[in-house]
Amino acid sequence: MAVAGLLIALGLITPYTNSFLILLITRALVLAILAMSLDLLLGFTGLASLGQAAYLGVGAYLTAILATKYQFGLGWSFWLVIVFAILIGAATAAVFGLFAMRASGVYFLMITLALGQCVWGLAYRWNSLTGGDNGINLPRRPAFGIQLADDVTYFYVVFGFFVLSLLLLYILVESPFGRSLVGIREREVRMRILGYNTWLHKYVAFVIAGGFGGLAGVLWAHANGQVSPEDVVLTTSVDALLMVVLGGPGTLVGGAIGAGIVVFMREYLSTLVPWWQYALGGLYVLTILYLPGGVLGIPERFRQSGALFINRRIKR
Amino acid sequence: MDTRFWLIQAFNGVSYGALLFLVGSGLSLIFGVMRIVNLAHGSYFLLGSYVALSVIWTTGSWLLAIPIAGVAVALLGLVMERIFLRPLGFDPLRQVLLTVGFALLFQQAALDIWGGDSLDIIPPAALRQSVVIGGLYLPLYRVFMIGIAATIGLILWLGIEKTRMGAAVRATVDDAEMARGVGIDTSRISMFIFALGALLAGLGGVIGGAFLGVYPGLDFQILPVAFAVVIIGGMGSLGGAAIGALIVGLADNFGKALFPEVSYFTLYAPMVLLLAVKPTGLFGRE
Amino acid sequence: MTRTGKLRVQDGLIAFVGALFGTYLTAAQPAAAEELRIGFIAPMTGPFAQVGKDMVNGFEMYMNDVKGDFAGATVKFIVEDDQAKPPTGVLKAEKLIRQDQVHMFVGGVLASTGYALAPVSAREKVVYISPIAAADDLTQRDGAKYPYFVRTGWSSSQPNHPFGEWACGEGYKKIAVVAADYAFGYEQVGGFQKTFEDCGGKIIQKIWPPLGTIDFGPFLPTVKQDADAIFTLMVGPMSLQFPKQLAASGNTKPVLGGGTSYDEFVLPSMGDEVIGHVSALQYSAALENPKNEAFVKKYRAKFGKVPSYYSETNYTTAQMIHEIIKNNKGNFPGQEEFVKQLAALKLDTIRGPVSIDEMRNPVQNIYLKKVEKKKMFGYDKEELWNTVIKTYPNVTQFGQFNKEEFLKTPVYSRDFPPCKFCN
Repeated sequence: MAVAGLLIALGLITPYTNSFLILLITRALVLAILAMSLDLLLGFTGLASLGQAAYLGVGAYLTAILATKYQFGLGWSFWLVIVFAILIGAATAAVFGLFAMRASGVYFLMITLALGQCVWGLAYRWNSLTGGDNGINLPRRPAFGIQLADDVTYFYVVFGFFVLSLLLLYILVESPFGRSLVGIREREVRMRILGYNTWLHKYVAFVIAGGFGGLAGVLWAHANGQVSPEDVVLTTSVDALLMVVLGGPGTLVGGAIGAGIVVFMREYLSTLVPWWQYALGGLYVLTILYLPGGVLGIPERFRQSGALFINRRIKR
Repeated sequence: MDTRFWLIQAFNGVSYGALLFLVGSGLSLIFGVMRIVNLAHGSYFLLGSYVALSVIWTTGSWLLAIPIAGVAVALLGLVMERIFLRPLGFDPLRQVLLTVGFALLFQQAALDIWGGDSLDIIPPAALRQSVVIGGLYLPLYRVFMIGIAATIGLILWLGIEKTRMGAAVRATVDDAEMARGVGIDTSRISMFIFALGALLAGLGGVIGGAFLGVYPGLDFQILPVAFAVVIIGGMGSLGGAAIGALIVGLADNFGKALFPEVSYFTLYAPMVLLLAVKPTGLFGRE
Repeated sequence: MTRTGKLRVQDGLIAFVGALFGTYLTAAQPAAAEELRIGFIAPMTGPFAQVGKDMVNGFEMYMNDVKGDFAGATVKFIVEDDQAKPPTGVLKAEKLIRQDQVHMFVGGVLASTGYALAPVSAREKVVYISPIAAADDLTQRDGAKYPYFVRTGWSSSQPNHPFGEWACGEGYKKIAVVAADYAFGYEQVGGFQKTFEDCGGKIIQKIWPPLGTIDFGPFLPTVKQDADAIFTLMVGPMSLQFPKQLAASGNTKPVLGGGTSYDEFVLPSMGDEVIGHVSALQYSAALENPKNEAFVKKYRAKFGKVPSYYSETNYTTAQMIHEIIKNNKGNFPGQEEFVKQLAALKLDTIRGPVSIDEMRNPVQNIYLKKVEKKKMFGYDKEELWNTVIKTYPNVTQFGQFNKEEFLKTPVYSRDFPPCKFCN
């Protein structure tokens, strides 16, 4: 498994790089979890959501509020916070899903956008809870035997969660449940005729994606040390979509690769050149036009055009 | 809350709805005919405002700016449709994502070309007055917006209901395959409608620019509102866009005035609730 | 997907990532002697890009004035785009500190950015200077948390403490407030309300349009008719539309504005409807002193527009940094020492005398300014200018209040001071 090889390489090399790069990679891994959760919806179930940031936000704010108002989550209780965040992400998705699942296609897109904006509105207006537009500053990263305040340590923790998420999601999509999701994406009507409760399948996928979003939220909050309404703004959801499309929908790992690309462009390329926005937008447009499978679809394209080339030769 | 309050709020709501109709009708048409969700529609709106500004700066004529901006954006839409969207074939998801990509590119380009200052389109002095009726101050510009929206709405309706081209459009919206079957060139219809939708958005930008201002970020601010209009009214229905615009305009106004605590949700709550009940909008068809 | 297919992609990726690593490992530069590295964090893309550009232009103009030489130290100025998003700001700050080894970083626009960057400065023990981000508590109730944080601009409520008093003096008894619904709005209104009510005035209404509102139709008709005046706080595009719509709705009451309501950032795009509106800030482009006249003329010639406070504050910040380096004979005195010296600085700047208080916020003149249409500084067109009508010298962030007493009360928020006379 070449993917495993790359992961091991990443895990081993990163701590020895430039200390800024460690931060970048850590951020990218957190966003990769969010992207993978969206891939479950988009790539596997065929549901394009513009509101994934909402679950990241819910998880992040939970972490911040527990840390500042209740001094909870800064020691071993960190693990409890992880569980709570996953639960609250899933719960939020469960509620939102009831509305969103009524729709499909573009209506689904719009409802998820609207729901995401509602979360933003709450974060913005509920000053007493969320600090409004000032945001909430977390006191410090948790410490339980190991100090997460150390960037390398935190990288390993995030890396661990990323690998775990990837594994769990992989198992999920390879399972019968996952297979039926793909079936729904391809031909929902046929699945229904076959007796599948497609609504339930989609709903469960939606809730699971929310749970992973909540997990990403905790890690995001601690990575930045601060949570603000800017974290749940529409652009974050759009970015998640970009990541999945760039990396390759329906591949899981693609989301991670996409996250790497987007983070690289936003945070690193932007320090080098002023036209990075064009690069990002342009890359996105080109990927959609010519690489429907994203980065991970490149070998397939080579094979296809190679086969086409050979075909033409044979015909002569 | 006296009658004056209700009257003026209703007036405000209707005028805001008028602007939303300009923005939303284009979006609705594009979806109705081509099943494309154009997330760059907000960008079209903003670009219309910016082009109008450039025209005003060079020629000093606000009147001239209106058609020029509309046509410029229409051309842009045409190019986008022909060169980028057409090759994708019928793949709604990829088309949506492509329009997102373009929205990002447009945003950066607008910043580079016109800078990031908050600008304003100044209409002729005549429109900057307020007419006083029964103690109520009615800004003439709002009246103008209602007038323009009504006129354009009428023209569109006449065009679609009474002309052959309109009939072809209606056929394509109803069932594209059948339309092709009876010899209608759906490809040309699509192109025409996309350009028309862009034109409407551009016009909306010029008209709205004097009312909302012209600044980076307006594109993504107006986009969800335009979608709320189209979704509530139903995709593909011009009448639905009009009703949806009215509903959103009034709900937003009254919501903010009566329940300022939930100002952020006055736009999205009706949308979510309506969709939960009738997923295709009031007059939409899937 | 075939195995060879995957391998090819992974190979390519590894090579790509490896190249990345390579650039990073070689990117850290050794610190040069007598080089002052200043990092600057501001939005250069996105809706706030123009603010960021104005900030950078102001700072760079000062550096050009002294040809990049701060008393012997060559300045290396590194600008990073935070896109007005706090997480990006944090990342860029870390990049500036770890990779570029800056001696200090400057910038931040939104309150949330200020709140995100301050802990970075505390954690990394690097000076963070904020010329713009004005959230009150950063130098008040949270001040102790961020010992390397210094403000060279203002705190949100600072200009409105004297403003409230002035309003009483003008004879206003009842004022209705329409202000953007976010922390900056609350703090601006809070400062005004506190002093206005202390001298007998009454705030009879508070309307909070959401940030980003451009159609004030729902709110304007609800303004109470028995108010003597309207106090408004608007930012960006809101500043542009609100006065227009207010005038169109038939308003005849005097209008008082917050610091950003008529700032030169938006003033050129405004129309005659704002003539006569009064606001308070530590700067006005119409300040009639020789330093400011020269500054305005030079800035306008170079950038095509009158400088706003965003530009002026950054120009002055650069000047302050220069002053400290000059006092240290061209050397950077170390982080703690720099903060100490900056906090003790007194300087004559474009906007008048500025010193920094012990909580690291400026003490400065506050100018009450009225929008007038006239010719200034020899320009031959009649334009809108913020004419200074009254100067309050030596205004601190605590205004006329005792510091300890002030810090005991909560920070200004939507409900504090409470609206006792709103019924």
